Amino acid sequence: MENSIFIHVFLLSTVLGFVLSLVMPAKEERALSAIAFTTAGFNLFGFLIFWFFWAWQGFPTLNIKEVELYHTPGYSFLIDFFFDRITATYYLVGSLLTFLITVYSRYYLHREQGYKRFFNTIQLFYMGYVITIFSGNFETLFLGWETLGISSFMLIAFYRDRYLPVKNAVKVFSIYRIGDVGILLAMWASHHLWHENITFIKLSNFDLVHEHLESHSGTGIFISLMILVAAAAKSAQLPFSSWLPRAMEGPTPSSAIFYGSLSVHFGVFLLLRTFPFWEHQFSVRILIAAVGLSTSIVTVLIARTQSSVKSQIAYASVSQIGLIFIEVAAGLHTLALIHFAGNAFLRSYQLLVSPSVVSYLIRDQFYHFQPKHDSLEDNLPRKWENTIYLLSLKEWKLDKLLSKWLFTPMKRIGHQLDFINKRNMYWFFIPFLVITLFTLEHEQALPQSVHDFLVLLYGAIALLFVLKSFSERKSPTLAWTLILFYHTLMAVAISFNEHFDPKDTMLYLSGVIPAGLIGFACLKWLQSKEPDWFTLQRYHGHSYEHPRLSFLFFLTVLGLMGFPITASFIGEDLVFSHIHEDQYLLAFFNASCFIISGISLVRIYARLFLGPHVKTYHELPYQSS
Amino acid sequence: MKTLSGGEIAAQERLQSCLHQLKHFLPAQSPLKDFIHHNTLHAFQHLPFHEALSEATSLFGYKVYLSLHDYREAYLKGHIDEQALNFALSSTSNPDLWRQKLLHAHYNQVELPRIGQLKAVWLSKYRINFDKEVHPFLFRLLSSYLDQGISIWNFPGSKKGFFKAVQELEKNSHSSLFETARARKLLLNDTSMAELLGLVVGHDWHEQYLFDQQFAHPGWSGMISVLEDHPEKLLDQRKICLEDFIRLELLMEINFLDKKFGSNWKPLSELIDKIPQPLFSDTGKQNEKHQVLSLWQDAMEWSFYRQVIAGIKSKPQVKEIASPLPSFQAIFCIDDRECSLRRYIEQLDPQASTYGTPGFFNVACYYQPAHSSHFTKICPAPMEPRHLIKELEAKKKHKTDRHLGKSTYGLFGGLLISQTLGFASAFRLLINIFKPVSSPAMVSSFRHMDPKGKLTVHTVDPNHKVHGLQVGYTYEEMAQIVEGQLRSIGLCGPFGELVYVVGHGASSVNNTHYAGYDCGACSGRPGSVNARAICQMANTKEVRETLLKRGIDLANTVFVPGLHDTTRDEIQWYDTDVLNAGQLEQHRAHLRLFEKALHLNARERSRRFVLMDHKGSPEKIHADVKLRSVSLFEPRPELNHATNAVCIIGRRELSRHLFLDRRSFMNSYDYRQDPEGNYLYGILKAAAPVCGGINLEYYFSRTDQYRLGAGTKLPHNVMGLIGVANGLDGDLRPGLPTQMVEVHDPLRLLILVEQKKELIQSVIQRDESTYEWFKNQWVHLVAVEPETLEMYHFKEGKFTPLEVPDISLPEFDTVHELISMETENLPVASLKS
Repeated sequence: MENSIFIHVFLLSTVLGFVLSLVMPAKEERALSAIAFTTAGFNLFGFLIFWFFWAWQGFPTLNIKEVELYHTPGYSFLIDFFFDRITATYYLVGSLLTFLITVYSRYYLHREQGYKRFFNTIQLFYMGYVITIFSGNFETLFLGWETLGISSFMLIAFYRDRYLPVKNAVKVFSIYRIGDVGILLAMWASHHLWHENITFIKLSNFDLVHEHLESHSGTGIFISLMILVAAAAKSAQLPFSSWLPRAMEGPTPSSAIFYGSLSVHFGVFLLLRTFPFWEHQFSVRILIAAVGLSTSIVTVLIARTQSSVKSQIAYASVSQIGLIFIEVAAGLHTLALIHFAGNAFLRSYQLLVSPSVVSYLIRDQFYHFQPKHDSLEDNLPRKWENTIYLLSLKEWKLDKLLSKWLFTPMKRIGHQLDFINKRNMYWFFIPFLVITLFTLEHEQALPQSVHDFLVLLYGAIALLFVLKSFSERKSPTLAWTLILFYHTLMAVAISFNEHFDPKDTMLYLSGVIPAGLIGFACLKWLQSKEPDWFTLQRYHGHSYEHPRLSFLFFLTVLGLMGFPITASFIGEDLVFSHIHEDQYLLAFFNASCFIISGISLVRIYARLFLGPHVKTYHELPYQSS
Repeated sequence: MKTLSGGEIAAQERLQSCLHQLKHFLPAQSPLKDFIHHNTLHAFQHLPFHEALSEATSLFGYKVYLSLHDYREAYLKGHIDEQALNFALSSTSNPDLWRQKLLHAHYNQVELPRIGQLKAVWLSKYRINFDKEVHPFLFRLLSSYLDQGISIWNFPGSKKGFFKAVQELEKNSHSSLFETARARKLLLNDTSMAELLGLVVGHDWHEQYLFDQQFAHPGWSGMISVLEDHPEKLLDQRKICLEDFIRLELLMEINFLDKKFGSNWKPLSELIDKIPQPLFSDTGKQNEKHQVLSLWQDAMEWSFYRQVIAGIKSKPQVKEIASPLPSFQAIFCIDDRECSLRRYIEQLDPQASTYGTPGFFNVACYYQPAHSSHFTKICPAPMEPRHLIKELEAKKKHKTDRHLGKSTYGLFGGLLISQTLGFASAFRLLINIFKPVSSPAMVSSFRHMDPKGKLTVHTVDPNHKVHGLQVGYTYEEMAQIVEGQLRSIGLCGPFGELVYVVGHGASSVNNTHYAGYDCGACSGRPGSVNARAICQMANTKEVRETLLKRGIDLANTVFVPGLHDTTRDEIQWYDTDVLNAGQLEQHRAHLRLFEKALHLNARERSRRFVLMDHKGSPEKIHADVKLRSVSLFEPRPELNHATNAVCIIGRRELSRHLFLDRRSFMNSYDYRQDPEGNYLYGILKAAAPVCGGINLEYYFSRTDQYRLGAGTKLPHNVMGLIGVANGLDGDLRPGLPTQMVEVHDPLRLLILVEQKKELIQSVIQRDESTYEWFKNQWVHLVAVEPETLEMYHFKEGKFTPLEVPDISLPEFDTVHELISMETENLPVASLKS
């Protein structure tokens, strides 16, 4: 009981801190930073007190069953919290670093435009961080996970009036989302495996896990693989590694806390958290270790060739995380936790002092100059040395690889629907919707095979719409409407799948539809104000002249993508629970839609509101900055 | 090799001259360790200021003034005063009309600069963006080649020049730079730039394409251009030239086009529908918005200048009596940061006199610290010294720090260190945030030279040369240096018992632009070696004998060198062992005075540091100010030259009664000692480019932080130890970071010279490159007639009389009364005491 009070207070304090900093006026620099370091400091010292209390009880693993947010027969959406030594380590390291870096940033960011935005985002991040590490089940974890993704986008795009930060923010966000497919599918499969929202505490019950996996070993492997995808994306393991150095676009302290230390270790956290689940799947353990090992080797080579200090630190950090993956897979969890903490501290400090390398290394060179220093690779045959050097310089083409195998095909499929444009779109949508509703009305008359086919068809069309939206180059309105339409379609498709409960559908659409409509109005308004500067072909930077609209539109983006600010977030989970265990394809369609629509929406937002301002009557950055 | 036709030769010559022109326009900023201030728009200096700015804007899209909104707000707040506005408007044909425009007109049309229009055809026709597709890898390749010590694994075979090294890498590898065969073949065949341009651009438009292409990343291109001409600016030298870089960029463009379109693409010149404006066309036509802004700029400048002029004019008439022997004399650097310290010294001891001169103290040389095999130049950048001063018997001056070393980046090194040192770094961060102390990461001006080391000031053998440099000076050379220094500042006697020569430097941590904080007259190094050298010269018996014959009597005087750390407000003294007991006692008394002056100076500086606690004694505030130099989280250890606006060349009496808010460079000069103008020539030849360069770099970095300045330093990433970029894939960012210039009001430098205007006129015309500064008004020049204090403004090649503004300056008893008012710029004021 007392334990849960502590946990509640910790969680609430981060929420409170975020809300307070949100309402604080932008000119109150001191108050804004004070809220941030007080929040982190409170949690830090609170934890130290709690630690004694917890130690006195003998470090028990705690599970705090929280509220049931939604309940229907066979389904409940549960918020659940959990506390063990993994949480404790992450909590201590995270709170300490957040505390130090918010104090640091109080001076470092002084007079910076966006001072408030910075502290808001740090607070949002910290809140997401705490929710994630305290989470007791996948649903709660996903809540925090999504928050981390968005705050990460906002910090990379902190300098929103330049091209590269915005471009890279969209890119990193996309890769994060791709990783989230893993979590979504893992959640879906585990619904079916356990027939409930499995809590992490139950996962550590060996007999229970063993019993379920006995009969569903395929599902078990599937879940583990999905977890690995999510973890690899978040921790920049192969093949996702190239996003990490590109994320270093924000102010140095934010790069230090996010990409140097905390955010990038979340993959490790996910693995540690789910370890009891895949502990006995030997092949999965081998696979995780293999991913870690190959990442370590490749990224350490890349790190050795980097000529910029931040990317060098980033790749060096990733290579250590690769080793941590191996440690986790080997079951050496104490070592992994120590390694995590040390790596996090070291890399954030290195990033913070990174501007000092100029004077330090130049001085070093001035006094101990050697014209040519030998490196390990000189022992290789020349041709091989050159080959590996060139490959490492090209980051083993990882960046190109992702776009070639992932984003380009997605766009290519989307372009198949190029015959739809903003003028004729309603001619497609409305008749289609009418037919759908008509079919739905006469659902009972349909044979089962047609039924199954229709479900898949609607899922596929929804995905096509989303891909079209993602690849749309011209009309923001069209891209937006397609997403709105996908949600409607998906709701219909699921209604076909199971017995229709209008309440569930309403729940799903309750957040999406209003957000979609308000966002649509925002777009129309912007179009009327800026008719010449309203396409998706380039970045427009409209937040420069329309900051309020930009903020409102961003909220609707969050709403429409099912971010946990509306009930649609629960609806999304509910929809998943209605997809049957054997409907892999439908689950895949739905997860992909969910993920790609998020990317597409953020892209619309970035293209319209971020980037260098199209109007050139004020100072403008180069494209190459 | 095939023979070239006449047309081809002509085309090649055109390309070469185009490259030459291109290099002239590119930013001329050296690598970080040699950061030296210069006029950012040096390429336009042959034009009158406003005309040049108009050209720079329409050509490159630079923003060269504040925004209209800023000016109007300054006017409403009274920072731009009515009379100054009228003064500026009086140059127009219809002042009332222009006044309306200045105050109320809107100019919101979107204008595209001429640069980039040709290159934009790629995007509009083929939807390709080389900035995104070609730049990142091109930059990475280049940065790896030039890297001075960040990467652990160096560019293989980097000795033979960039293009050769890349060729070898390509030839001797299982992997390729390119995805297509043609680009690879063209690279290995050593294809010339003209041929490659023919492939990418077609027959015409080559010159314009080169400009468009290179100005898409002026940072890197400018760095290459500097290194091509001055490879010695890198300790680990690299052979590179702009032409090779362009060839590689063209190859990458071909590669990308081939990859994307196969053979189905046409060169750029065949894609053009609408002919882009030629780059160097209709020059000299200013649009109305530009004129409005230039008038506002004049008004803002004269709002301040008029105060200075009125202040100089209000000099109290003191009857010149044969002055008693000063209690001591102190020579400081011309630097604007010494302005207030000198004021406090004079205030605390009215019998003391201070002087200003460029901080290399006429000792132009290279310096070789003990334990190093490298030389570093410690005099103004354009000078070519022939002497070397070596440091001997010095201790090692630096410690190592594993956090900054490379062992942490390896797999096993990282594994070990992250689990051990990793925890120490959390602790270090904690300490640095709550109780900052000095660390190896810090740059300290005092570490430039070991106080206990010996300098080879006197040459043992003038014929012994190291790399063509003479080690130390002969007695005759020393006498010339000392005499030249003393006469140029008008200090020819009588001398007090002690003469201090104080150079300056700065300390900071986490500061990539540290070299820009040190003494500009010492090529971005602290001035301690120069101060010590000239003092040792002046204290030498043989030198004194020579000087006595030339009318300078130093028999009863000792010169004492020192170094003022402008960030920490501390002075380190050197060679005090030459003082006898009596002198030492006097010196100790002066030390107490200096100490007090430094406290007060630190307090005055602190008014700009908003987050500091301003209550408490000067000592306490001073202690807080010192912390800034060791705090990792402090992006503004000091404000450097921000707010500089004036340069006074004349006797101290001219401005001793004035509070100039640390905005003034001050070079002592006594017109009576220089009837020929020879010393003035030397002073102006240095002051215009050095002070003017500082001033204009601040000016342009402030008005356009994206294209001319380096932008906020918070996201900067160090590239190869030579420059900074944003993030991983960005271009280098030359210019000054926002944190250095944000409090700076962009005003051109006003140079006041106390001398007859006819003499000044003849002096400035002696050297064409110096004359350009004055003729085209990149600095304003005002002649102050000695005795009468009549003033003349140099305009269109001649001096025209200036009306004395009708302003009564605020009067204050103490500076403290004044500075406690606010953090903004303060008006010029007169001080009673």
